Amino acid sequence: MSPMNAPTASTLASWTPDQPIVAMRDVCKSFGSVEVLKGITFDVRKGEVVCVIGPSGSGKSTLLRCINALVPINSGSIKVEGQEVHDAKLDKLALRKKVGMVFQSYNLFPHKTALENVMMAPVLVLKRPPAEVEADARRLIAKVRLQGKENAYPGELSGGQQQRVAIARSLAMQPDIMLFDEVTAALDPETVKEVLVTIRELAEDGMTCMLVTHEMGFAREIGDHIYFTDRGVIVEHGPPATFFSEARDPRTRAFLSQIL
Amino acid sequence: MSPQRPQATPSMPAPAMGESGYSAATFTPRALVIVFGAFLLLVAGSEAYAQMRTTGTDKSIVETLIRWTPLILFGPAGEFGGFALNIAVSFLAMAIGTVAGVVLGLGQISLSPAVRRLSWAVTQFFRNSPWLVLLFFVMLLTPFQIKLLGFTIPLPAWLKATFGLSLPVMANIAEIVRGSINSIPTSQWESAESLAFTRTQTLWRIILPQCVKRMTPPWMNWYAILTMATPLISIVGVNDAMTLAQDALAAEQRTDLLMPMYGLLLLFFFLYCYPIARWTLYLERKYAVKG
Repeated sequence: MSPMNAPTASTLASWTPDQPIVAMRDVCKSFGSVEVLKGITFDVRKGEVVCVIGPSGSGKSTLLRCINALVPINSGSIKVEGQEVHDAKLDKLALRKKVGMVFQSYNLFPHKTALENVMMAPVLVLKRPPAEVEADARRLIAKVRLQGKENAYPGELSGGQQQRVAIARSLAMQPDIMLFDEVTAALDPETVKEVLVTIRELAEDGMTCMLVTHEMGFAREIGDHIYFTDRGVIVEHGPPATFFSEARDPRTRAFLSQIL
Repeated sequence: MSPQRPQATPSMPAPAMGESGYSAATFTPRALVIVFGAFLLLVAGSEAYAQMRTTGTDKSIVETLIRWTPLILFGPAGEFGGFALNIAVSFLAMAIGTVAGVVLGLGQISLSPAVRRLSWAVTQFFRNSPWLVLLFFVMLLTPFQIKLLGFTIPLPAWLKATFGLSLPVMANIAEIVRGSINSIPTSQWESAESLAFTRTQTLWRIILPQCVKRMTPPWMNWYAILTMATPLISIVGVNDAMTLAQDALAAEQRTDLLMPMYGLLLLFFFLYCYPIARWTLYLERKYAVKG
């Protein structure tokens, strides 16, 4: 085989930060006979905060889960930092080291303390020295304003606190992109704010974020770009300034009028 | 240094034991009193019956029982046997059954369909076979010794019997393992996967540690069932408590001794298994809340 044609480390690493960090092209996904994503195409640039909104069952969560290969897609292409995700030979672990994900139901490990939750992946997956990881983990817990809760078990924390530990846990892997899947949907209104503040600080630090959210006010405030999805397609998108005030599609307008 | 798991602190949600006032300390001996009382009544009744029909040359029932008790508990002098052997067999069979059961249970969730199907078939076979028949099979199929690299390793009857008893335990433990792994929400797998854990890491670091609590009560339950099944080994010629009790009865040749002797045997097993059952119940209630 000619060395010219063989994919080498250099071709895989040919991605440069001026290219989209996530590039989706015609992504389709079905669960059985139900088509969840029907040809999704979009780009996310480094440092961008993208919010995906839309009615329940419109495929928003599936969209996020495709990006870190939690959900395999049927057709199309997803490139994360130039690496094709829709590829049987994909190194899923390498991909997931770059992509952090936070879930609606926090999904902390209930048998581990907050600190251990944050430390586990860097120690076990990245094989970093525990002492160093612990220092980082304590800093991250402080960053999400949970100093003093290091030794608390998830069951002893409120929903908002658990979600902030979950964010710290993802950040401990030093990802390039953070995916937030309706992270405030399970929280009561008072605790929503503390989680949103954490996410806003992340965005201000320049983290590339993709949020699936129902918090329209928050999306308008921190989003660089808003995507509205319905029944597996992107109906409309644009920067928040124009998206919220000048929505053209009747479906978008109907959705926004219900929510706002 | 990683922090130690703290003892229950006031801020922790109170486990069920606190609510129901149920703890190991408040172990009620009511059932013990009832069973012990029934046994004494049985002995007294047999004693009265013996007095009525014998000429008085026989020793009293109580005296006879006490005389045979050391043999039934610990076996003949210089030999390991009796109730102690039943317990030893139960420990060993449980250990073998647990290790093999964990392997078989993990096999049932293997990513390889062949491993999954084979583990399933083995589990189903041993779960649904009578213990005694399995015991005979193992006794007859295994040699009395194996030659390995020039060494001759004897396989005494009690060891073969232990292996025979461990087979159904293995299959039932496998089901406990499979069931408890499946009872952990898939969201735990997802969040571990998103943190780039491998499947093995996820299983051993995230899923199985959470399963241990759930598995402990049913595991203890199977231990008690196994212990109560150990007298089966008397049928294949092992000097366990059952065999020795029958030997004692044969030596005494007294029909009035039958009920008290078997009653004594029941009492030994009850005294051993009942606390385990209570402890199991306590753990079940304790773990029910936090899961």
